[in-house]
Amino acid sequence: MNTTCTPIEIGGVKLRSRLFLGTGKFSSGSVMAESLKASGAELVTVALRRVRVGWPDDDLMAWIDRKVHRLLPNTSGVRDAREAVLAAELAREALETNWVKLEIHPDPKYLMPDPVETLVATRELVKRGFVVLPYVHADPVLCKQLEEAGAAAVMPLGAPIGSNRGLESRAFLEIIIAQSKIPVVVDAGLGVPSHAAAALEMGADAVLVNTAIAAAEDPVRMAAAFRAGVDAGRLAFEAGVAPRSLRGEASASSPLTAFLATV
Amino acid sequence: MSFSRILDEHRFEDVVARVRGATERDVRRALGRVRSGLALDDLAALLSPAAEAHLEEMAEMSRRLTIERFGRTLSLYAPLYLSNACANVCTYCGFSAHNKIRRKILNPVEIEAEAGVLSGHGFEHVLLVTGEVGHVGVPYLREAIRQLRRRFASISIEVQPMGRDDYAELVGEGLSAVLVYQETYDAAAYKRTHLSGPKADMRHRLDTPDALGQARVKKVGLGALYGLSDWRADSWFVGLHLRHLETTYWRTRYSISFARLRPHEGDEIAVTPFGERQLVHAACAFRLFSPEVELSLSTRESARFRNHAFRLGFTHMSAGSKTNPGGYTSAPESLEQFAIDDDRSPAEVAEFLRGQGYEPVWKDWDATFDGFGLVAPRELEGGKV
Repeated sequence: MNTTCTPIEIGGVKLRSRLFLGTGKFSSGSVMAESLKASGAELVTVALRRVRVGWPDDDLMAWIDRKVHRLLPNTSGVRDAREAVLAAELAREALETNWVKLEIHPDPKYLMPDPVETLVATRELVKRGFVVLPYVHADPVLCKQLEEAGAAAVMPLGAPIGSNRGLESRAFLEIIIAQSKIPVVVDAGLGVPSHAAAALEMGADAVLVNTAIAAAEDPVRMAAAFRAGVDAGRLAFEAGVAPRSLRGEASASSPLTAFLATV
Repeated sequence: MSFSRILDEHRFEDVVARVRGATERDVRRALGRVRSGLALDDLAALLSPAAEAHLEEMAEMSRRLTIERFGRTLSLYAPLYLSNACANVCTYCGFSAHNKIRRKILNPVEIEAEAGVLSGHGFEHVLLVTGEVGHVGVPYLREAIRQLRRRFASISIEVQPMGRDDYAELVGEGLSAVLVYQETYDAAAYKRTHLSGPKADMRHRLDTPDALGQARVKKVGLGALYGLSDWRADSWFVGLHLRHLETTYWRTRYSISFARLRPHEGDEIAVTPFGERQLVHAACAFRLFSPEVELSLSTRESARFRNHAFRLGFTHMSAGSKTNPGGYTSAPESLEQFAIDDDRSPAEVAEFLRGQGYEPVWKDWDATFDGFGLVAPRELEGGKV
């Protein structure tokens, strides 16, 4: 019996784990490193704003084994396309990767992504040779435009970032998944492993989780729980979810076919 | 509409009465609404005497909300006092023009030496502080920011209020944040404590955060100086100010600081009681009111207090601070603005936080975001992107 999920391919790279992890908000580098290990994640995001060049002992980067984990620097903190391009260039030089999670939120309170600037920046970064994964609202039209602009994947939000509310944008995510030709990674708002499992079951290619793990009482065990949730959801999707019963939805007040008896 | 006009709609005494009059039921209603967002009425309830019986519950909620938003982290920063020359006469401040202290304005060589000490400790976020005199104006600050820009991830200032265009110019030089504390929103107390000098113009100060928002400064710090007037009402007004700014200048990030009167050189004034319990109460109320606002805990407070209070909603801490120009290199104690209570080194504070399961964060910004990255970007096409 094959219980192994197929790998996901982004920018020509195959990743076995469909759980991507954020590295912020952890109580220490060692807890973060243990959580990464327990999660089985290969792709991990790193906020450029937290990277300290020249401080090897203090640097977040010291805790990430780059032989195991591929880095996805994010541009958190930038407010428009221009700043995003500068940040991506710095990340490429400092972290030696051309992958970038494009995050542009001019609003520092709710951290809502700016769709207009994100599209402009994606076009520019693709032109400059970056593998771009833009973080966006669950907006099906925008996701198609990003696909046409050359994004390597799209990362629509499930709920406001850090909110742990789950798949509140489900109706729009379903459309995005149905029509996307590039991987769809549900990012932001996933609070518990069942949210992640639900995203994978409905056909999302991967999920990105940070707060739900880092802010848990025991981040390491929660990382393992998310790993199990993601595996279960993906396996269910690949197994082919049985059609939902229509029973219970059929509730006509008088029988629709009764007339046939009198013919 | 600028904030001074909004303030005209609220009499300080009315707010004092309203906050004091909040009932147990008001407090319970506010606590029940924390997840869906609090209104200014709820903030009044949470600052009330009736809320004091709920302080433990408020502290627990505050701790949780802060971990959700900021993680188990505390950002560390240090002040760098550039000057103690000041034309203002303020009854509570050691730099007050009438005080007979030696005045000092750091020159570029001295600034470099101070900055070197702070870099050596590991600081990436530095707060430049000055008194208020004409020759420590925009050109002086511009030079200081230019000099320090490449050494630190972010540069904030706490100086005299300036105009929108001045701020915009400094933003162009790489300024990251501006702190401008109102001290008190009680006009009578403001007048009583600001005897002369530009700072005596209360309305100008009230409208300065609007100028900062218009100049697109990325972070603005607010705060009351506790001890000057009724702490509950002053805290409510900080909340009113914050809500106005958050909804008007939504691109800007906000922080609140908690200064309370400490021993200093100068006149003795009547101090309205504001102890450690009240500081925690105010901080928790702000956290429940705004899960996103940054809350800063100063070295004015004792090590014992900071060791317990840091997890109750705070996101930023200064450490190893000196409040006199040149203090990190030569340390002539007589020049300081106020007395420091927690005199542990930055490394000791960081080690303590680690021991408590919190990550001390030295860097959570990058000069790139202020247009001063380490990488010289290729020319951006068409100047558009």
